[in-house]
Amino acid sequence: MKNPLDSLWGTVITGLVLTVVLYYLARAMMGG
Amino acid sequence: MSMEFLQYGIGRWVHIMAGIMWVGLLYYFNFVQVDALKKAAADTPPTGAGITKHVAPRALLFFRWAAVVTVFMGFWILGGRADDALFFKERAYVPIGIGAWLGIIMLFNVWVLIWPNQKKILGLVSATDEEKNKARRVAFLASRTNTALSMPMLFFMVASGGIFRRAVFGG
Repeated sequence: MKNPLDSLWGTVITGLVLTVVLYYLARAMMGG
Repeated sequence: MSMEFLQYGIGRWVHIMAGIMWVGLLYYFNFVQVDALKKAAADTPPTGAGITKHVAPRALLFFRWAAVVTVFMGFWILGGRADDALFFKERAYVPIGIGAWLGIIMLFNVWVLIWPNQKKILGLVSATDEEKNKARRVAFLASRTNTALSMPMLFFMVASGGIFRRAVFGG
């Protein structure tokens, strides 16, 4: 599999996905 | 002038200015310079020497020190609540804690992975061609990692206080 960070838009999509994942993690840590 | 004014007024102002310089230069490297240098290297004769000699070292100078000022001022703003944020001790400090950790990881990448390898790439320290190629890959991936991390970092920074936190994460 190609490293998404090799492409600029792969990097941006990685950042967006990470933001969504961390958002739900933060919500869970804050008690839902 | 009260300590609160200095910490939350001036401190936050400097934190944001330095952060714009840091992330602005990070975006310059990733959205502009990497691709421009690739195209310049393909020219006959190659045309990227000026960027490598004059632009990149100056951009890296402001980039790495802006990173230090940003994180330092962030800690100053947090003050005695830094442990509440970094160890997620209080509900209200969870978003800024996540943002702070992302910023700390990014600062680590700047000083431990990007800058020492850029020194080899730019010829500021001696390195063999093989070492330069390895340095190029490590610095590139660290820079791209920081670009990706900057997105959630900025999200948590702007969603960490008062009405913004309540709007994003609920009361």
